[in-house]
Parts: sequence; C-alpha cells; structure tokens
Amino acid sequence: MRAAERDGWGPDPSFGAWRRTARAGGRVASRYAATVAAARDDLFQPTPEDVALVAALRDGDEQAFARVVDELNGPLLRLAGLYVQGRAAAEEVVQDTWLGVIRGLDRFEARSSFRTWVFRIAANRARTQGGRERRDIPLSALLDPADDPGGPALDPERFLAPGDEWAGGWAVPPHRWAPDAEAQLVAGETRALIQDALDELSPAQRIVMTLRDIDGWSSEEVCAALELTPGNQRVLLHRARSRVRAVLERHLVAADRA
Amino acid sequence: MSSDGTVGRGSEASPGPPDTATCVGVVELVTEYLEDALEPDVRARFEAHLDDCEECEVYLEQMRATIVAAGRVDVEHVAPATLDRLVAAYRSAVRARRNPGANGV
Ligand SMILES: [Zn+2]
Repeated sequence: MRAAERDGWGPDPSFGAWRRTARAGGRVASRYAATVAAARDDLFQPTPEDVALVAALRDGDEQAFARVVDELNGPLLRLAGLYVQGRAAAEEVVQDTWLGVIRGLDRFEARSSFRTWVFRIAANRARTQGGRERRDIPLSALLDPADDPGGPALDPERFLAPGDEWAGGWAVPPHRWAPDAEAQLVAGETRALIQDALDELSPAQRIVMTLRDIDGWSSEEVCAALELTPGNQRVLLHRARSRVRAVLERHLVAADRA
Repeated sequence: MSSDGTVGRGSEASPGPPDTATCVGVVELVTEYLEDALEPDVRARFEAHLDDCEECEVYLEQMRATIVAAGRVDVEHVAPATLDRLVAAYRSAVRARRNPGANGV
C-alpha cells in the first residue's frame, strides 16, 4: 500500500495521460496478452459488434437479447453489489436495468460501447436503490484504490530484509507447482478454490479481476464501464491476482506434499 | 537465495516505487508488465532481471497460470425464470413500438 501510493506508481490521477492500447476484442485475446497491438483512438466508440447488436435489439431479435442478458448477468450483479446489500436487491437492480435498456434502446448513442452504456444505467439504478448514503457516490470513488485494502503482493517475510546483503531478494522463493499443476488448475476443486478466493477479495478487487479474467473484458472496457483510470484499474487487478495466486500456491503445494 | 550475483541486490530496500533491481520490486511490477504498461526502459530491465532470476521467472509463470485458471471459472448465468420474464418484457416493448396504436407496454 505504501509503495503503491507513491509517485507514478499506484493510483493514477491523470486519466488523460494514459496510454491507449488496442481493444483486445475477444475473450481469449483480451485475457493475458502481454503485448497489445497498435493503438487505436476510438476506444470509447462502439465496435462494429456493438452497432450490430443494438441494431438487432432494435429489430426485435429475442435471441440476441437473451444472449446479452445472460452474458452481462454476472458483471451487472457485481456492479449492483457495490451499492446494494444482498443478492435479492442486486437481482432487482439487474432486472430494472434491463427494463431501462429496453425502454432506452432508441436512445443508445454511438458514444460508448454497449456494455458501458448498460453499466451506466445499472449504476444509476443501483445508486437509487442503494439508499441515501451511497446515492451520490460515483463509481470512481467507490473503487478508489486508496480506500481499498492494499498491502504488498506477498508477505514481506518472503523477501530478505533491509540490511541483508541481498535485501529485496527472495528469502522464501515461490513454491514450485507440481508438474501436474496444470491439470489441477482446471479441476473442479481448484475452480471452486478460485471462486472462494475471489469472494474473499474486496468488492473493488473482485469486480475488476472478474471482469478481466473471467468475463474476458479488455482493460479499456473495464476502465470505461467502471469509470476507472487505467492506473487504478491495474492497482486493483494486481492486488486481486496476487492474492488469488497466493491461494493457489498454498493449495498446490499442500496437494503436492500430501 | 535467489541471488547469483547479478540480481537480488537491493538498493538497500529503499522505500519507493517498485524497481527492477530487486525481486520484491519485480513481484510488484508483474501486473504492469503483463498489461504492457511499463515504460520501455523499465520493461527491458524487468526482462533482464527475469533472464537472470529463476525464482521471479517462476513467479511470473504462476501469475500467468493464475489468470488462465481464473478464466475457467464458471460465469454466472441468469436464472431461466428471470430470463423468460425479461424476454417477455422485451417482446411486448418491441411489439408496442411497431404498433404504437395497439396495446403494449
Ligand atoms: Zn528476482
């Protein structure tokens, strides 16, 4: 947390200064690409897929509607969960959101992606239902990394202490995962473990990691939909992924030794 | 333990932004690296550290494996009854739009 708040690293106040990288598009492409293709300037414009989707929805395509309702179900539930308490209240917000989308289809303008537009509607509904104390809080404030539990990615004990000749080097290196870890990682048990680990995260960390790594959204989509700066998005993503990795490490090492 | 003489030597673990000279710094930069958000010179130093430091390489691979594993977690589907209700609302809204005079929503 300390380090994350210092200059240039951590919460990033300069929204305009961020480097625009290409919208990664598909689920797989956006997942863990270390490099991103050439920059585009139209990140906040709907993609051709968005335009086609909205045209289909205006045209009465029920399958397209059902598909997008299902696809955005988890993301919208988590967004609602930032404002309202309990599953039932979140589900109510989500249903309300879709009714708003249905009514507003003709008002969708080509100034944001479809997902961002739906998220805006949902955030407004959730805010209204969330009660007085949350009503005026913008998403960006709710998801501010400065108010989110930070801390280092790993227990500081894992590294050699200041004063040591190799201070900052590994004291307890990452436990190597067993050769069959790959298989274990896809097993149902491990999936449940990751789900539990996600549930343990702060709401801000959880929604960012889930959108990125489970729903397969690009960082640009997440930033636009959650009103996050790219820097803040990365801080939350880093905290989330680091914690989930640590849970997997404990699990896989224990399984290995069992 | 990680050190082979070229890595792990900290800048006396001076507080400040994570840096590529130490493993603890590399660990904190992993996400920036995977997101391609590092400045080119920092990225080059990051990769140089990985070339020399097996433990950090393992750590990076484990972060990648974590991301892939998370991608296999089931998405949360909408309840069939809820979906039916919403599709019905959608259907009548579409109908009402086509026949503004008729009964609709
Ligand atoms: Zn290292």
